[in-house]
Amino acid sequence: MKKSGAQILCESLLREGVEVMFGFPGGVLLPFYDVLPQYPDLRHILVRHEQGAAHAADGYARATGKVGVCMATSGPGATNLVTGIANAYLDSVPMVALTGQVARPFIGKDAFQEIDITGITLPITKHSYVAMDAGSLAAIVKEAFYIASTGRPGPVLIDLPKDVQTELADPVYPDKIDLPGYKIPTRGHPTQLKNAAKLINEARHPLIIAGRGVIISKASEELKQLAEKGQIPVISTLLGIGGFPENHVLCYGMAGMHGTGSANKALDATDLLIAVGMRFDDRVTGNISGFAPHAKIIHIDLDPAEIGKNVAVNVPIVGDVKAVLPALNKMLEPGEHLDWIRQLDEWRKQHPLPDVNAGEGLLPQYIVQQLYEATRGDAITVTGVGQHQMWAAQYYQHTEPGHFITSGGLGTMGFGLPAALGAKVGCPDKTVWCIDGDGSLQMTIQELATLVQDSINVKIAVINNGYLGMVRQWQDLFYEKRYVATPISCPDFVKVAEAYGIAAQRVTRREEVAPAIEQAMAHDGPYLIDFMVEPEENVYPMVPPGASNIEFLEQPKKEVSSWPRTSIP
Amino acid sequence: MATNKHTLVAIVQDKPGVLNRMASLFRRRGFNIESIAVGHSEVAHLSRVTIIVNGSNAMVEQVRKQLDKLIDVVRVSDISAEKITVRELALVKVRASSATRSEIIEIADIFRANIVDVASDTLTIEITGDEEKIESMLQLLRGFGIREIARTGRVAMVRGALGGSKGEKAARKSAK
Repeated sequence: MKKSGAQILCESLLREGVEVMFGFPGGVLLPFYDVLPQYPDLRHILVRHEQGAAHAADGYARATGKVGVCMATSGPGATNLVTGIANAYLDSVPMVALTGQVARPFIGKDAFQEIDITGITLPITKHSYVAMDAGSLAAIVKEAFYIASTGRPGPVLIDLPKDVQTELADPVYPDKIDLPGYKIPTRGHPTQLKNAAKLINEARHPLIIAGRGVIISKASEELKQLAEKGQIPVISTLLGIGGFPENHVLCYGMAGMHGTGSANKALDATDLLIAVGMRFDDRVTGNISGFAPHAKIIHIDLDPAEIGKNVAVNVPIVGDVKAVLPALNKMLEPGEHLDWIRQLDEWRKQHPLPDVNAGEGLLPQYIVQQLYEATRGDAITVTGVGQHQMWAAQYYQHTEPGHFITSGGLGTMGFGLPAALGAKVGCPDKTVWCIDGDGSLQMTIQELATLVQDSINVKIAVINNGYLGMVRQWQDLFYEKRYVATPISCPDFVKVAEAYGIAAQRVTRREEVAPAIEQAMAHDGPYLIDFMVEPEENVYPMVPPGASNIEFLEQPKKEVSSWPRTSIP
Repeated sequence: MATNKHTLVAIVQDKPGVLNRMASLFRRRGFNIESIAVGHSEVAHLSRVTIIVNGSNAMVEQVRKQLDKLIDVVRVSDISAEKITVRELALVKVRASSATRSEIIEIADIFRANIVDVASDTLTIEITGDEEKIESMLQLLRGFGIREIARTGRVAMVRGALGGSKGEKAARKSAK
């Protein structure tokens, strides 16, 4: 029986196991939305801005490990997805983005709401399709999900002309995929594995740096075995947080620009760096010439193009860490690095993170630490981008992969709320806290309405310092405190939340923090807490831009904050 | 870092946008293409792209890997280090009067080039060869006044028995 392209699309999505999509309708998507009620298993969540749809699909994908699906209409709908697609591309998040397109006869004619979205997204998608006939839709969807979710994951875009959605065709659901140009390396070269094992067995000061690849490949257990068998300390990248339990005795936290002193000192001193599923981003390497200066480097990554891209390596292993690590573990002799580990412990004592109880004021770090206590470390935390993001990374000990969701590569302000929404939809039984900044939240605050309309129980902690704090911190440290365009006013977030129908309260003092968090958790539904924190608190430690990791700055003695707050009643 | 000339051969699927994807990648990674030539390969639905780029070994290797990641690119190999045959075709329209015509024809003969069009005041010459040969002939013709040049860009192939380079073999295998 012939079906319309829109029906074939829905059935194809269901065959891929899609349960939910985040979207926003428009003229050219009317045929799709018209048949959607025929497929009640396909849940559609209406966002308030297409960027929110892409971030929600991203948060859903990171929390569940499944492919996130977002949808937008042609023209402005599609271009609004672009930031979210780029975000998913840089952080290797499996996503399928569906965009409406004008009918085929209008393509190339500058029709109303026509834009070349496949062209625009060419450098930020893993692959893309323009579905030019209904008959090929099923195969396209199958390929798109396969490409998005396998190998190094990433976003795949499918552009859907309006008349393809209405065109009738016999649906042919292929069971095979024919992609001769798509290669997924798996095991790692035996010789290189042998070389790596030899180096590890001989190393005196070995160090593992774990990236998001560990989480994507679900290889936390294998990583733990490597660390424990070899007695090798573990540090992580920002996106690697949670891939190795942060309460593990061998874990020394995040490295790089706002990494711990012990992690950055370890990087400086190690004689063998084992990089697992990470890509040597400049935020983690610091000045590349001063990066791990005494170390040989073993680099395990699925993407051959990452090997040698930023850092020259001694042993390249192209393969899935899930397959490589067990093979490597087998070749290892049980290690013992007592002096080295003692040295790291010493550094950890010498360079603790700033004290959350310091001073009189309400410290943002204290709030994160209290969230950790209240949730017993078991919540999914999702952040925006800025200072609050770094504090969330530093002070919430993550022990589960996929429980820390943050925009790493692109650093997208506004990611927090929609991504938290997506994470909660994917993991309805988990507590989801969106830790956001007052600047970040204002970029996508409209998604509060989505929480309400679809009863999505996200708790929001606004770290409100009245500044675009991270940029202000750079102005403070490197531009002689010339705070240009960083003082930012905000609406009364409590009133705004209430206007949307969300319970909320404001916290200004330390003793109110724990009760407020408790109240938020006990509340049946979304809840917002507006934490009025110390305005000029900085994130430490900090590796200044252009400096080597070992040159990290620590928190100087406190000064009294200066900028008068005017925005809050 | 020392840069030198690299010859990349890519086997790609005949799909809309594949050249756009490749070109976009070159642009994004800051690469200048010296020459690019595209045509059918010996396998149906697969095209062969010969790309000449200048760059350090590490840079070219990075771009080769990035190209290889494109879904529509079946295989890319850098055949610079192998024994290869490289050819290019050029059409050259040169000003010719009754006084100079025979001299131009003589030059064409020396380069085993063909005269493909004769007009009252021009001659069009077709020449095939490697870059050096074409450049040498152009050098000699410049004095007569070159009106137009059309060049195909270089195509390349590994010399020797069936199979060619390791990369080409793998490409053939994975295309099947």
